[in-house]
Amino acid sequence: MSDLTLVYFAWVREAIGRDEEQVERPAADVTIGAFIATLATRGAGYAEAFARPEKLRAALDQHFVPLDSVIGDAKELAIFPPVTGG
Amino acid sequence: MSRISIQLGDFDPGAELAALEAFGGGGVASFTGIVRGDGDLVALELEHYPAMTTVQVERIVAEACERWPLLGVRVIHRFGRLVPGERIVFVGTASRHRTAALEACAFLIDWLKSRAPFWKKEHFAERTAWVDARAEDDEKAESWQR
Repeated sequence: MSDLTLVYFAWVREAIGRDEEQVERPAADVTIGAFIATLATRGAGYAEAFARPEKLRAALDQHFVPLDSVIGDAKELAIFPPVTGG
Repeated sequence: MSRISIQLGDFDPGAELAALEAFGGGGVASFTGIVRGDGDLVALELEHYPAMTTVQVERIVAEACERWPLLGVRVIHRFGRLVPGERIVFVGTASRHRTAALEACAFLIDWLKSRAPFWKKEHFAERTAWVDARAEDDEKAESWQR
């Protein structure tokens, strides 16, 4: 099974100190929320970025999805704050 | 006919309006967003999700085209560093009817604000701050939900 690509934006990216990384893929039935909780243990920057899940949004393979969605066989998971364009 | 540009550079609203008028529909509506110089704001930095931005804006434009009889749609969204007074975003719609043009334009900018992957960071003289999403922007976007 291929790795999962994680991409980060805005203050999530800044707290973690990188914009993209490859990680070992979790089981397909793991939700984004549960996966984020495990990522938070990777270091201080991760803990800071993921301290408030209610402030986080996600996209799986470039589609916005709720955090209770399962990761399934997605190739790319993006984690970021609520968008502020326009 | 829709055109979407996600770009660093500026754009010419007059030229964009002329292109929309050329559809010959009888009605053109547009919105131009400009960086406000709030407080001692020095610049606004817009980050986006390159792999997703264009495809997501295409989805939003497709939704507008499904809901209103539009002849033409133009969306331009800039990213990078912008100073107060600079244009950030342009939405233009052409239709045979004013209601369709005006409503679709309002819908597009509301959904771009809350459903396109852009993030704004404010640069002040002494500090920087990521802009928080506003609940009223979400409510405006939700109000278009069918």
